[in-house]
Amino acid sequence: MNSIIFTAGARLLVALVFVFSLFMLLRGHHLPGGGFIGGLLGAVAFIIYSLACGPAETRRALRVSPEVIAILGLGIALLAGLASFFMGDPFFTGQWYWVGGDSYETAAFSINSVLVFDIGVYLVVLGGILSLTFAFEEET
Amino acid sequence: MSWVLVFPIAVPFITAVFAYLARNYPAGRWISLAGSVLSLVASAALMVAVLRDGVIAAQMSNWDAPFGITLVADYLSAVMVVITAITGLATAIYALGEIPEKTERLGFYALFQTLIAGVTGAFLTGDLFNLYVWFEVMLIASFSLLVIGGGKDRLDAGIKYVALNLVSTLVFLSGIGLLYGITGTLNMADLRGAVAAAENQALVTVIAMMFMVGFGVKAAVFPLFFWLPASYHTPYFAISAVFAGLLTKVGVYALMRMFTLVFVGDVGFTHEILIWVSLLTMFTGVIGAAAQMDFRKILSFHIISQIGYMTLGLALYTPLALMGGVFYLVHHIIVKANLFFVAGLAKQYAGSTDLNKIGGLYKSAPLLAALFIIPAFSLAGFPPLSGFWAKYLIVKAAIELNMWFVTFVSLLVGLLTIYSMTKIWGYAFWKPHPEGYDPTPDRAPPRVTTAMITPIAGLAAMTIIIGFFPEPFVQFAETAATQLLDPSDYVTTVLGVQP
Repeated sequence: MNSIIFTAGARLLVALVFVFSLFMLLRGHHLPGGGFIGGLLGAVAFIIYSLACGPAETRRALRVSPEVIAILGLGIALLAGLASFFMGDPFFTGQWYWVGGDSYETAAFSINSVLVFDIGVYLVVLGGILSLTFAFEEET
Repeated sequence: MSWVLVFPIAVPFITAVFAYLARNYPAGRWISLAGSVLSLVASAALMVAVLRDGVIAAQMSNWDAPFGITLVADYLSAVMVVITAITGLATAIYALGEIPEKTERLGFYALFQTLIAGVTGAFLTGDLFNLYVWFEVMLIASFSLLVIGGGKDRLDAGIKYVALNLVSTLVFLSGIGLLYGITGTLNMADLRGAVAAAENQALVTVIAMMFMVGFGVKAAVFPLFFWLPASYHTPYFAISAVFAGLLTKVGVYALMRMFTLVFVGDVGFTHEILIWVSLLTMFTGVIGAAAQMDFRKILSFHIISQIGYMTLGLALYTPLALMGGVFYLVHHIIVKANLFFVAGLAKQYAGSTDLNKIGGLYKSAPLLAALFIIPAFSLAGFPPLSGFWAKYLIVKAAIELNMWFVTFVSLLVGLLTIYSMTKIWGYAFWKPHPEGYDPTPDRAPPRVTTAMITPIAGLAAMTIIIGFFPEPFVQFAETAATQLLDPSDYVTTVLGVQP
């Protein structure tokens, strides 16, 4: 697209949407949000960028091909599930480590396998949607 | 303990990740092969656990049934998982010889492993919605595998395949929604009690019919099978073998599970319909095969006709009949996948799968001819091969019920199966190669490698072993049938298990 207004506006918008997608990802589990919605928003950011600057430029900005992002996400999500193996729990049991307390109300924050799973989902959705849209954009 | 149920699903997924990352290197195919070997080990471990404990169950994420997702394996699930791993390994070996590098780079092995994971998941899940998810995993992976490598034929086949399968999953999904509406649960073991206690039994029967249609499309039974012969003759042979062996059997398995565990309130009605559906499936399938002149199309129609025997085993609903159905399921997967492998090799030798354009394989490839006879005549039910025992059990069950018409159709279909197997034998193997058709039109000398012969020989050996030593397999099928007909063990293990 050859609109200078859109191209200039896109730079601002892409950064905002992308940061918002990370916010949604980290907010998940206890509050509305999570990997899926975050991944969709992240994909929207890159789609706006590719509308403004073309898919080739977007691929360069991504650095890794979207298919690889998606499959790595699948691997990360699996790792989150397998983590409970070492703790002696069934598959995909959430592993929680609370910092400064022992529950959601009292702790400052937590380190957990649920977030790892959400990051995996985020990458799968991001990579999956982007590889679809690139396929459409690059053919025409 | 719970992990024996997880690894058969997790291993193919992990393999898919690594195989995709290494898709541009030769390492990709070896990762796939190693993953398939590991899957076989994992499913063997599951089988050992099931043989020791009967029914085993695990609650994912530590959420107790019926709220979380339960994985559960009884004898039927365990044997299906093992046979899936065996077919997966055979295909992974065969693919080494068949799949060109260009296709490997597109992520062939990752898709293939995802398909295996989906099939295994469908066999192991104890949750109805989770079953739907596995169906979707299978559908997406199989659609990609169907069209991978390109070409007009493949795309045409792929669209028919996806359109009809989407209709089936939508009917299935609506059925799930209705069932949840009247019972408030989707855990299969929990559903057994909840469905029996439901007030509106007429609605339950309607839902049962929706499930029958949904699974029926997957299993390719009588009025719903059109997608199968339209799509199975186009992809790579390794792919059509794994499709022919496993995909329709997931539908049969789901029918067997739901119509022995959940929908048993009105057996006189639902299973009577199944009997007629099965008979028509058997008959139309075998007649369709007789009219075809393409190696793979004949085999595709035979899948349909054989599916009829398996659903007949379920429909007759006696211990002996179900035992025959389970035995048939296992025997058929081995034999059918093997026949598609043979078709692939026949094409390598003779240049085509059109029976009019090929011939003389008996002379040019005697080993292949010998290896073709075993699965072909096992399929037709020649003693002492595995197919004979499978048919024998079903026919005996029908005779015990004094259902003479059913018996007659079963035997007639067996006879017609022999006819089309001898047709392939006559045209492809015995007849001299026809004049004017170059056996190697568009390529260098036939690309036949040990990688392609090995799985054929291995599966043929398994057919012979089952044929000559049917005793342990029959006993196993008997226990599986007993568990299906009296699922109290299944229900208590799922609902009572403490993680």
